[in-house]
Amino acid sequence: MIALEGVSKRYGGQTVVDDVSLALGGEGVTALIGPNGAGKSTLFGLVGRLVRPDAGRVTVDGLDVATTPSQELARRVAVLRQDNHVAARLTVQDLVEFGRFPHSRGRLTVDDRDHVERAVAHLGLEGYRDRFLDELSGGQRQRASIAMVLAQDTRYVLLDEPLNNLDLRHMGETMRLVREMADVLGKRVVTVLHDVNSAAAYADRIVAMRDGRVVADAPARDVMRPEVLADVYDTTVDVREIDGRPVALYYG
Amino acid sequence: MTALSAPPASTPAPARPRRTGLGVLVGVLLVLLAGVSLFVGVSDVSPASVLGDGPAAFLLVASRIPRTVALVLAGASLGIAGLIMQMLVRNRFVEPSTTGVTEFATLGMLATIVLAPGMPVAGKTAVAALSGLLGTWVFLRVVRAVPVRSLVLVPLVGIVLGGVVGAVTTFVAYRLDLLQSLAQWSQGSFAGVVQGRYEFVWLAGVMVVVAWLAADRFSVIGLGEEFATNLGLHHRRVVAIGMVVVAVITASVLVTAGLVPFLGLVVPNVVSLVIGDNVRRSIPWVAVLGAVFVVACDVLARVLRFPYEIPLSVVVGIIGAALFLWLLLRRRSRAH
Amino acid sequence: MLTEPAPVAVRPRPRLRASVRRAGSAVRLAALGGLVLALVAAYLFTDVPGSLAYALEKRGLTVAATVVVAAAVGVSTVVFHTITGNRVLTPSIMGFDAFYLLVSTAVVFAAGSAAFLAADPLVLWAVQVAVMVGFSVVLSTWLFGGKRRSIHLMLLVGIVLGTFFRSFSEWMQRMLDPLDFQVLSDAFFASLTRPDETLLVLTAALVAVGCAVVVPLLRTLDVLTLGEPVAVGLGVDHRRVVLTLFAVVSVMVAASTALVGPVLFLGLIVANLAYAWAGSFRHAWTVPTAVLLGVVCLLGGQLVLERVLGFGGTLSTVVDFAGGLFFLYLVLRKGAR
Repeated sequence: MIALEGVSKRYGGQTVVDDVSLALGGEGVTALIGPNGAGKSTLFGLVGRLVRPDAGRVTVDGLDVATTPSQELARRVAVLRQDNHVAARLTVQDLVEFGRFPHSRGRLTVDDRDHVERAVAHLGLEGYRDRFLDELSGGQRQRASIAMVLAQDTRYVLLDEPLNNLDLRHMGETMRLVREMADVLGKRVVTVLHDVNSAAAYADRIVAMRDGRVVADAPARDVMRPEVLADVYDTTVDVREIDGRPVALYYG
Repeated sequence: MTALSAPPASTPAPARPRRTGLGVLVGVLLVLLAGVSLFVGVSDVSPASVLGDGPAAFLLVASRIPRTVALVLAGASLGIAGLIMQMLVRNRFVEPSTTGVTEFATLGMLATIVLAPGMPVAGKTAVAALSGLLGTWVFLRVVRAVPVRSLVLVPLVGIVLGGVVGAVTTFVAYRLDLLQSLAQWSQGSFAGVVQGRYEFVWLAGVMVVVAWLAADRFSVIGLGEEFATNLGLHHRRVVAIGMVVVAVITASVLVTAGLVPFLGLVVPNVVSLVIGDNVRRSIPWVAVLGAVFVVACDVLARVLRFPYEIPLSVVVGIIGAALFLWLLLRRRSRAH
Repeated sequence: MLTEPAPVAVRPRPRLRASVRRAGSAVRLAALGGLVLALVAAYLFTDVPGSLAYALEKRGLTVAATVVVAAAVGVSTVVFHTITGNRVLTPSIMGFDAFYLLVSTAVVFAAGSAAFLAADPLVLWAVQVAVMVGFSVVLSTWLFGGKRRSIHLMLLVGIVLGTFFRSFSEWMQRMLDPLDFQVLSDAFFASLTRPDETLLVLTAALVAVGCAVVVPLLRTLDVLTLGEPVAVGLGVDHRRVVLTLFAVVSVMVAASTALVGPVLFLGLIVANLAYAWAGSFRHAWTVPTAVLLGVVCLLGGQLVLERVLGFGGTLSTVVDFAGGLFFLYLVLRKGAR
């Protein structure tokens, strides 16, 4: 389990994460939603060791993030980030191999190569492995990044807004991959999503944040209610049932 | 330096008031400082002593008045040069000395020292201005070709460009044993300003007037070429006017007093914090605050180690660097 | 698309293209090594004025100094580029060279050129190294310590400080008499000839220690090219690694600057040429390539200046000029992040 206990983070005078206690990383997919500036990304940063909390404690499987060696944590939690700007010219293969860094510090063993091969195969990247990342389309680069996360072979996978800058087809493809990661490979996935409907369609549990606090934490269907969403986003949201699924309407 | 720390201390209000009171205050401060500048020096010149026909009156006319006038004009015009440069490049962190313009002008000056030592000051100024103009043009060309115009990369390109030109200057000066005289000459100081040897700085004053007349165009240019063209503005012509204004100001201050770093950077940035980016509104502020800054620094330079003078550029450099660092760190969140 | 992995994985054979690429990098590095050897031979054995043994002894020192400086500059610049995520900056731009000038000027100003020349070079060197490392430690702890700050901001601060130091030393220079100034101006220009043997050994030792710290971190440096968030996600203790590397860079740059004077743009040229030449992003290839290229530039430049053009002592100005142009070319060609 990834547990936050009374965690707060302030920037300047502004409290971005306000005394949050939360357990993440149950089975399946958990989506983190909320308006801009709600503290979702900061919360991810706290778990991913990019941000130090001003108060409280973050633990992964009981290991305190502040004191456990970074390498140890990287074998348990993988983080997929969106803005993957890489200055150097890397091939897909290079990138996926980096996923094994927490295990081998860069010297690949036979076992490491197995993991890399499987990750490449899972994402159907065999034909692209020697291509440079800057020669790929956005969707292909996304898959290369996911392959790296898979090669890291962790129990928990954190995805930070994985749908940013993707077109409809790649959005659907990515969300299906996320679902399969949880269902087939047994990963515990936590993802920040901007789009409520993607969260409703693919997540088992939705955690909603607003003003640095958790305002809703329930099975997806229970969060997809007009009064809950109106409270989260501070605007009127209608929820309709389409083909048995709740869909939020927020246009007009 | 109460003059400069006062405006930023009053945080910019959301709705910008007209700040008349502040304007009057700064104006009075300038008059006071100019008065002090007239009567501070090694020789005793007091308001009472100049009424007669003695040496004090002569000193006042021959040295103190020219010096004070030169300070006011140089401060005002360098501030304006920085402001216009920032509008042309659309980057807050440029000014003549971070864009290679100063180095080009210095190289032109060195060329006249080497090739035509007997050339009158007018000729030297002209050569320095022309090569400063060339520098402005080169910088604008180079920056236009920079694909990612990041806030930091643009001044960095300017600094490197200045470094390349500076290396040529240094190489030549080193081979010809002119390094120290070049350093002496290019270091900013108004100590050598006397009647008959400072009048070129009036050219800079003329340029301030030109800038004022063209102020609205520069505001529009600051919003980008497409925007300017949309409003029916002849983009290239306005840019050309701006380049000439910057080059002439840089060169005339350079031949009169040498390098004065940071002024063009600090003053427009402080003004922009207080009253925003409309050039017509900010030009008088930049001019007056620039003058206040330079006169105050010069008075400091004269009294700190009395009876010796600290070069103005050192005082400006230290105070300017401190102010600039403060600006940078304060605006951290918006700096990238 | 995702399927349960087969329990027994297929043993992957080494892929052809990757191994070809690696072999290519090795060949290129070896070719560069050959060029370095040829240049060293040319420098040592051509145009010998008198006794070969005497010339060899003197020139051997210059070659040794060149190698030490090239190692310091090559390693520190590539490392600096990686930890700052930017390929157009060098450690010197952080105000290092200006600070060196300030320290030298302050010494001459306070004690006079006679004392400057008479002072034990060891003491002088130690003072300069200590002051420069102290400066960069203060700067880096101020900028890295506590809050996370933008690296760009830090560089801009360095540039501003550089201007500040320069105007301060210019002021002092102005008050020097011409003789003192002459002595000082020799210190401004990097000179690889006539290095002091003791200092050379000491600098070499410091640079070797720096390399010993960097070599085990080469693979970590590869990960750092992915950027801080990804590197942290992959288990790199980013803060500690970056601070360690920053300290190594400071010491290396300070030591080599104190030995031969400032070489502002050399690092920029060799690092960027190395990225192009090495054909790999891996630091195991780019770092040694940068070092060898440093030797080529310095020794080649020295050969041309000394033997062909008959100039001495102005190598750094030429490097500044060529390096600055090269920087502009880089920025214009593909832009920089």
